[in-house]
Amino acid sequence: MKKEFTLSIFTENKIGLLQRLSTIFTKRKINLDSFNASESEVKDVFRFTIVINTTEDQVKKVTKQIEKQIGVLKAFYHEEHEIVHQEIALYKVPTQALAHGNDVEKLIRRYNAHILTVEPEYIIIEKTGHKDETQELFEKLLPFGILQFVRSGRVAVTKQIKEITSYLKDLEEASKHSEKELLLLNL
Amino acid sequence: MDMETQTKDQTSEKQKDVIKKVTGAEALVMSLLEEGIDTVFGYVGGAIMPVYDFLHKYKNSVRHIMVRHEQGGIHAAQGLARITKKPGVCLTTSGPGATNLITGLADAMLDSTPIVCITGQVTSGLLGTDAFQETDVLGISIPVTKWNFQITRPDEIPEAIAKAFYFAKSGRPGPVLIDITKDAQFGELEFKYEKVTSTISYVPYPKVNQEKIMAAAELINKANKPFVLAGQGILLAEAQEEFKQFVEKAGIPVASTLLGLSAFPSNHPLFTGMLGMHGNYAPNINTNKCDLLIAIGMRFDDRVTGNLNTYAKQAKIIHIEIDRAEIDKNIKTDIAINADAKQALSALLPHIKPATHTEWLESFNELARFEFEKIIEKDCYPVSGEIHTGEIINQLSLKTKGEAILVTDVGQHQMICARYYQFNRSNSIVTSGGLGTMGFGLPASIGAKLGAPHIPVVAVIGDGGFQMTIQELGTLAQLKLPVKIILINNGFLGMVRQWQDMFFDKRYAYTELKNPDFIKIAEGFGISGKKISQREELNKALDYLLAFEGPFLLEIKVLKEANVLPMVPAGGTVSEMMLE
Repeated sequence: MKKEFTLSIFTENKIGLLQRLSTIFTKRKINLDSFNASESEVKDVFRFTIVINTTEDQVKKVTKQIEKQIGVLKAFYHEEHEIVHQEIALYKVPTQALAHGNDVEKLIRRYNAHILTVEPEYIIIEKTGHKDETQELFEKLLPFGILQFVRSGRVAVTKQIKEITSYLKDLEEASKHSEKELLLLNL
Repeated sequence: MDMETQTKDQTSEKQKDVIKKVTGAEALVMSLLEEGIDTVFGYVGGAIMPVYDFLHKYKNSVRHIMVRHEQGGIHAAQGLARITKKPGVCLTTSGPGATNLITGLADAMLDSTPIVCITGQVTSGLLGTDAFQETDVLGISIPVTKWNFQITRPDEIPEAIAKAFYFAKSGRPGPVLIDITKDAQFGELEFKYEKVTSTISYVPYPKVNQEKIMAAAELINKANKPFVLAGQGILLAEAQEEFKQFVEKAGIPVASTLLGLSAFPSNHPLFTGMLGMHGNYAPNINTNKCDLLIAIGMRFDDRVTGNLNTYAKQAKIIHIEIDRAEIDKNIKTDIAINADAKQALSALLPHIKPATHTEWLESFNELARFEFEKIIEKDCYPVSGEIHTGEIINQLSLKTKGEAILVTDVGQHQMICARYYQFNRSNSIVTSGGLGTMGFGLPASIGAKLGAPHIPVVAVIGDGGFQMTIQELGTLAQLKLPVKIILINNGFLGMVRQWQDMFFDKRYAYTELKNPDFIKIAEGFGISGKKISQREELNKALDYLLAFEGPFLLEIKVLKEANVLPMVPAGGTVSEMMLE
């Protein structure tokens, strides 16, 4: 059965790595529902957050293929309940929308959104939340005219206690052990 | 010799902390020397010319084999790598030179062959301008390389090359590609070389899990009908001896994947044949009768397993495999040991109780006798009609005592070689398994012969595949390498014709070939040849071929329409092999 999985991928910052990761999905005809990349809490360690819809069997295999790539430090997949996640959406609507009654103002209050800027022609509204929440506001604003709408990729942190710094320590040990074996094999 | 002395002088200079400035092109060649490379294959062109200039200077230390097409170059490098178990090196120019490598890279990726490709690239300032012979080689090669990197500054060269060799040969080996811009070849650097032995994001040798070893030993010691599947991982880990000790101690019958052939001698009493689609009857039937399947250094390819839903469902599965991503990919395991085959087998051996499984082994022998009567006897000992490919390979095997290195192309003749050649010499088959690359055989045989100058190398090639890389006869002739070519000529793309016969109601769509005069072509290249078509000529012709000094082409006209049997059709059940 297909369901939504969020992948957290920790990598070194190397040219070409993004393409290397993307070919893993392309090869299996998996579409990315959301994608985000940023530096993590560890300097020079990058974190990709990718949302895909697939089976657990497939996501397990994909995660292993990702972790196998040189340059990838660690890869995890999570179900909804294992993470706290958020997206940000920006809505550009005509300033005129505010002119007739207080409907838009009420929406902004009810959805816990903010106005970022007010210009004579347009206003920019910002809302963070889950996709269904930002989507709901989109639909409510639609009658007032939406000039532009954009939603970011998902960012997610995990609820698990073991953090990446601890995994990096494990990796360092594994890497040292591997080096010893390599020297024994005299390659 | 004088160049070698010069290299030594440079080393001693280094020790005096006087680091010499060299160009990137020279540093690249010096880096290859540091990695112990003495042979490279390649084809020169504009964007790699500075490196070639130094190959000229270092010609007494590094031998450059000039091929006739870059695809031939990488296949030759693969042949060398497969025999020597060291990375094969292939150099090409940018653009078409680099794109011609893609098939070989894909082949090496699927067959875990250590390859280092070095491609020239346009000057860094021209990157992204669609300059003459510019291609995004890095982008194109990502899906078919274990790792790749573009060098745009000369000082990046030593580390990039050191990484390339480390990644290519360690862990599960594979192809890597280094793209180097022309300005990085011309620029200067202070050359200092350090081998790479570790990097944090890559753990080539996972630690053997002792608990899993104990659990595996317990299953093995308890099993009544254990069965071992031997893959290329044994050869890559050079674990042939550990493997032999293990199966002999535990008394377990062995079957091999195509690439695992020659990891265990074919004439060993525990050897039961090849697995899979065109494999032997007994190992396929008994896959679905064993109570324990022990797979070592193999990846349960679909050509081995057929239908996964009916594959060894009755058995417990132990999988020893260095690549974690291969574990539970196709077959769910009961015990997975993610480790190098040599290390895992060494850890396992002391916990194995000596055993024999006489009755179980006899069941293989009985099935083998059945296969002999039904199939093999007719294939290998026909008395009338045209020559069968089976009898050629059988005679070749007897004449060479299974001690030659056999290089094949792809198709029917390949499966017949795998079935009927007795691989008694360790590491003696070079064939394109995962990718099934027609045209692989001839260039790969050049690399194999260079890697094993004192062992007879026989290349068995079909008339279809031969014409895909036939230009490498030129390379062979120039080198005067004694590769013995057996050209199996049935005037058909035989394997596809077989499928058309069996599964497409004999509609032979574009599989019949009107062939050229191969002997004249060989002669045109300066290679001697002989064509035979009669059974009476076969014995003498094979003797002549094997005794001939230098390269030789023996063309044998064989039965036009013959099928390789038995067969597990694609997606079929392994225990339901078709016998006709």
